Amino acid sequence: MDTMKDTLTKPIFKNNPIALQILGICSALAVTSSLKVTLVMCVALTFVAAFANLGVSLIRHHIPGSIRIIVQMVIIASLVIVVDEFLKAYAYEISKQLSVFVGLIITNCIVMGRAEAYAMKNPPLPSFIDGIGNGLGYSVVLICVAIVRELLGSGSLMGYEILPLVTEGGWYVPNGLLLLPPSAFFLIGLFIWVLRSLDKEQVEEPDYKMASHTPAREGV
Amino acid sequence: MSGNDSIGKTLTVALLLCIVCSIIVSTAAVVLKPAQETNQELDKRRNILAAAGMLDESKSVEEQFKRITTRMVDLRTGRFTDDVDPEGYNQFKAAKNPQMSQPLSPDEDIANISRREHYSPVYLVQGEQGDIEKIILPVRGYGLWSTLYGFIALEEDANTVAGLGFYDHGETPGLGGEVDNPRWKAEWPGKKVYRDGEVELGLVKGAVDPSSPKAEWQGDGLSGATLTARGVTNLVQFWLGENGFEPFLDKLKMGEA
Repeated sequence: MDTMKDTLTKPIFKNNPIALQILGICSALAVTSSLKVTLVMCVALTFVAAFANLGVSLIRHHIPGSIRIIVQMVIIASLVIVVDEFLKAYAYEISKQLSVFVGLIITNCIVMGRAEAYAMKNPPLPSFIDGIGNGLGYSVVLICVAIVRELLGSGSLMGYEILPLVTEGGWYVPNGLLLLPPSAFFLIGLFIWVLRSLDKEQVEEPDYKMASHTPAREGV
Repeated sequence: MSGNDSIGKTLTVALLLCIVCSIIVSTAAVVLKPAQETNQELDKRRNILAAAGMLDESKSVEEQFKRITTRMVDLRTGRFTDDVDPEGYNQFKAAKNPQMSQPLSPDEDIANISRREHYSPVYLVQGEQGDIEKIILPVRGYGLWSTLYGFIALEEDANTVAGLGFYDHGETPGLGGEVDNPRWKAEWPGKKVYRDGEVELGLVKGAVDPSSPKAEWQGDGLSGATLTARGVTNLVQFWLGENGFEPFLDKLKMGEA
């Protein structure tokens, strides 16, 4: 059994939901073109993951196996709606930019994956911590991607100008590709590469191996 | 654990969970509603200002909105009316109320809104002498996935576009969602609406050919969002056409509204 600290920190680099488990890629592509929006998305997802785990874990002894996925979905969906309502009330501009992606937290594999894989079998407190840990793991990747995308794509961070753009009299020609969702694929790919070079344990076993060259021995 | 899978237990758990969750969700929705409505109202005013190209982020929206007068127009007659109070009037609710709206035939209903309300607010930007400088009209229509809600602002001649902006839509981000792109919106001011009395303004596929004789009435399409662009064209043509604000604009020009 992991200690609490491990539960919290392991998902950040060791067992990162995006980098190792390759979950939750969809929103990582969609909301990372500006850092501010990304941060809100990260907070929202961490909140939902933590409380969904807590909720599922609290009633885990009473969840009938036949409807367990639906039960998890109901809990997750309710939390997401609450988050969405809060954003609409207190961060209207950002909620407009996030638009459907807040609602799509419901289908984010990280949240459901952790509810099913961890919260169903563990007590409430570790489950809650696990939710936060995985939320943070998700956030780390998203924030890295968003920093690169916003800085090189629009020359700013959090909306403040860092690299003055050519169109506004500066010197920096923005890279338009970085504002488009596919660029996040490259960045997440690079992130995984760096992570796996540093921590060889994360490298997957190859599916097949090239056999060494063996020349046919003639006439034996 | 075996008791968990009985039908009774399954139904009980499902029912209780749904009740608890629905209470949480509805509480959040009710408690936060006033704050959300304030935000929406502020956002609407900001959009009205932005559509007219008057928005100055350094000043408060409330202050800037003082230059704008809200009036009600009876779309059947094309005249100003005082029958309804703009305060508290919701034209989208009215459009669903049979007493406050009329059905549109499929030929008329190019913007796909099915019913048109009798009364619509218009927002007039007035100069110091009370003369009208800009006319801001609410428009809406169906794009690809959703109804787009926005405003179109016209100059005092009621024929030149001063701006266009949408404040609510559910089009694909990055494709149809590009209707919010400032560069695309910047193309609108200066375009003309009417050509020989008909609404000509619309989007073309790709970029507008500046040498085309119709370039004045055309806007750039949205790449990858043909249907959203068609929706924008349709809603502009509907709301500035004879079932929309055209009668009102004609009367306004002649000073009879």
